[in-house]
Amino acid sequence: MRASLRLLSPIACFTALTLALVPPSTQAETTQSPAATQIDDQVSAFKLDNGMEVVVIEDHRAPVVVHMVWYKSGAADETPGTSGVAHYLEHLLFKETENMESGEFSKTVAANGGRDNAFTSQDYTAYFQRVAADRLELMMQMEADRMVNLKLTQEDILAEREVVIEERNQRTENDPGALFGEQARAALYLNHPYGTPIIGWKHEMQTLTLEDALAFYDKYYAPNNAILIVAGDVNPEDVHVLADRYYGVIPAKADLPTRERPQEPPHTAPRRLVFEDPRVAQPYVTRDYLAPERDSGDQRTAAALMLASELLGGGQTSYMAKRLQFETSRAVYTTAYYQGTALDDTNFSVLVVPAPGVSLTEAEADMDSVLTSFLETPIDQAHLDRIKMQMRAQQIFARDNVQGLARRYGRALTSGLTVQDVQDWPNVVQSITEEEIKTALAKVLDMDSSVTGWIRAPQAADGEKTQ
Amino acid sequence: MKQIIFALWAGFMLIALPLRAEVDIQEITTPDGHSAWLVEDHTIPFMSLNLAFKGGASLDAPGKRGATSLMMALLEEGTGDMDARAFASAVDALAASFSYDARDDAVTISARMLSENRGEALKLLRGALVKPRFDQSAIDRVRKQVVSIIQSSQKDPSDIAMTAFDAATFGDHPYATSSDGTVDSVTALTRDDIQDAYKGAIATDRVYISAVGDITAAELTQLIDDLLRDLPATGAPMPQQAQLEMAPGIFVTPFDTPQSVAVFGHSGIKRDDPDFFAAFVANTIFGGGGFNSRLMDEVREKRGLTYGIYSYIGIKDHAEIIAGQFSSANDRIADAIDVVKDEWRRFAEEGVTQEELDEAKTYLTGAYPLRFDGNGPIANILVGMQMDDLPTSYIATRNDKVNAVTLEDINRVIKRLYRPDALHFTVVGQPAGL
Repeated sequence: MRASLRLLSPIACFTALTLALVPPSTQAETTQSPAATQIDDQVSAFKLDNGMEVVVIEDHRAPVVVHMVWYKSGAADETPGTSGVAHYLEHLLFKETENMESGEFSKTVAANGGRDNAFTSQDYTAYFQRVAADRLELMMQMEADRMVNLKLTQEDILAEREVVIEERNQRTENDPGALFGEQARAALYLNHPYGTPIIGWKHEMQTLTLEDALAFYDKYYAPNNAILIVAGDVNPEDVHVLADRYYGVIPAKADLPTRERPQEPPHTAPRRLVFEDPRVAQPYVTRDYLAPERDSGDQRTAAALMLASELLGGGQTSYMAKRLQFETSRAVYTTAYYQGTALDDTNFSVLVVPAPGVSLTEAEADMDSVLTSFLETPIDQAHLDRIKMQMRAQQIFARDNVQGLARRYGRALTSGLTVQDVQDWPNVVQSITEEEIKTALAKVLDMDSSVTGWIRAPQAADGEKTQ
Repeated sequence: MKQIIFALWAGFMLIALPLRAEVDIQEITTPDGHSAWLVEDHTIPFMSLNLAFKGGASLDAPGKRGATSLMMALLEEGTGDMDARAFASAVDALAASFSYDARDDAVTISARMLSENRGEALKLLRGALVKPRFDQSAIDRVRKQVVSIIQSSQKDPSDIAMTAFDAATFGDHPYATSSDGTVDSVTALTRDDIQDAYKGAIATDRVYISAVGDITAAELTQLIDDLLRDLPATGAPMPQQAQLEMAPGIFVTPFDTPQSVAVFGHSGIKRDDPDFFAAFVANTIFGGGGFNSRLMDEVREKRGLTYGIYSYIGIKDHAEIIAGQFSSANDRIADAIDVVKDEWRRFAEEGVTQEELDEAKTYLTGAYPLRFDGNGPIANILVGMQMDDLPTSYIATRNDKVNAVTLEDINRVIKRLYRPDALHFTVVGQPAGL
């Protein structure tokens, strides 16, 4: 049995939180083909004159298209004191524009049989619609409109602020695991805005204003800060013509800020936190280490760390599961996590859920002992081969899900990577050696740049109970 | 940038011509007498294979709640001379994936395998399905995970709300309790109980099969007989119809958390009722997901009382409800509930307008083909259709059924279905003013 989502969620939220807006559920005439670069048989990329990047992913099996615009700005680009404004603005983009009434965007998409939504992360804000391929032009027309023509009213923004606060209540305040993850992340980053939650700190969300939202909009929403991704039953020439018509006419923003966030100083002391909440039924221990991200043209370390996370914590056959769940019964569940696609320093995390009768002190000792012995023991070559085989197969399965591919490109291109980096990644992964994995992991597992977190119910006065 | 031309729009808004979902389904009957649906598509060298066995977790024997669910979690824990980790390694080495699920009315297996090693992958799947080991060590290990999940669920406001709503709704039917079981029931399960759950749930008299992707009809025919040979012909008798018992009114389960969760509903409509499509379109207008429903508009957009609210037509094999869910801060949930009650009453009394009906039809008919989105999702839909006893031609005619709903139909059905005085709310949290 692969573990429960509930147990996975603290780490997933910690490292890869994206916030979607909703919980739950014309063929252009072809002109002379512009200078599109055919990357492979499925992917093309080009740039409009105003600097907007375009990626086209072809899949002609069904007459459907996904249209996405990704902005290279997210929660980590907010002005201090306005946490949550990137995500709040994402909600507000569904309100009034110069040409559309509040709510008309989604209503029009629905009336055309499509679905739309949006999501915000630390490094990006993205909007998308999934619709019949012959409605692409209308989607572009509307998306281009709200890139520059937003017209917010005081009434719109107040009700929507209540909505995002209820969203925080639902995702975070009602979930001790999420509150714990927020504390751990804040402790890991000493200076970088990744330490601030995407949805925002509640006290700052409550005071967000129209001016805060518009300031973010005016600063970052521009074609030269955006990536258009169109995936599905389209060809790059037609997309180029339409993109020129709707996005190409929007002037570039001359004073677009460079993306330089405050960086981390040297970390010189391990941090620890104990989070207690009566709503915690299952205690567990996490360790988050600051870790390097994928860099353009230099992805080997990140690929090594990704493989390390799979070897250590990727399911039934992983090293942690073998040692703590199978050879001994010290843990109910273990995992390791690394998300390399980020603009700045990311994190490598491990988690141990102790078995009944094993204390958090013991679980943490188990975690340390397993990490140490992993570095000291030769890597099981057959295990590494299996993981690489799965990575190869992923390239085949990925072709069945162009929306997933579109997201992969969107995340990479908003995180300082190029189309070429995305294309190179599978080969980089295949070429990583055991030595590179050990070297990269050993460097990351530095207690001075780590946060150890315990989450549990409040303890009786006589010290730590066993569970 | 105001000069963007908007001439196109008015034209586009309502003339959307829905796509036709073009899915070419082959119906197969094997020499051993099994039937299956196949969509052949050789574009990408892999196949999705779905199996569903009707009955599911509701077949748990009295006192053995959670047995079917635990049994399904154990199918991947070893077969033949392979223990759990040897089996997982073998699956990983082929880059195959098998996922096992126990739902109220069916247990399901969704498999994905590369064409290059399909034969080997199927041998492993056959082992898991036909000769699972159910080692005591695996039972004990996975049981601990399940108990941990149940304990966490008991402190999660959404899960508490769902559990309380089911308990209030489904009387003494298995639907009234969680298919995971309780800490006590799961702790007491023996290896014999797991074996019994396996024999009850997995048999060829209740199996539905679909395959989508890189495989031919002849290959699939052979594959199915190879896979299912040696499975028993019959399983446990199907559960009885549930008697719905939810009482009208608001019922609070106190739980110390900042945001209350509300689950609401009353009795619903059967899938084979002649009014089903009218009810389905009605729910789409009222609360059927997306941004454009009345509930989203009134509770979220206008008043900011929640992040999301939806309603659905719940069709189980042995019960039908219409229900919904949302969350609001403790000091605002009473206001939100008032809005839901008012909207339920207004909907029942006034029905919908022609414009709302037209918009819902364009949305539903346009969105339908978008569901057929890759081999896995198509395989899933095809198994669901077979379990609902729908013909393969349903995909081509489904939008016609939506379009055939008239204003008169829908407003008649709304009056029949929506009963404001019967509406039940389960609320979990520290709600003020309730």
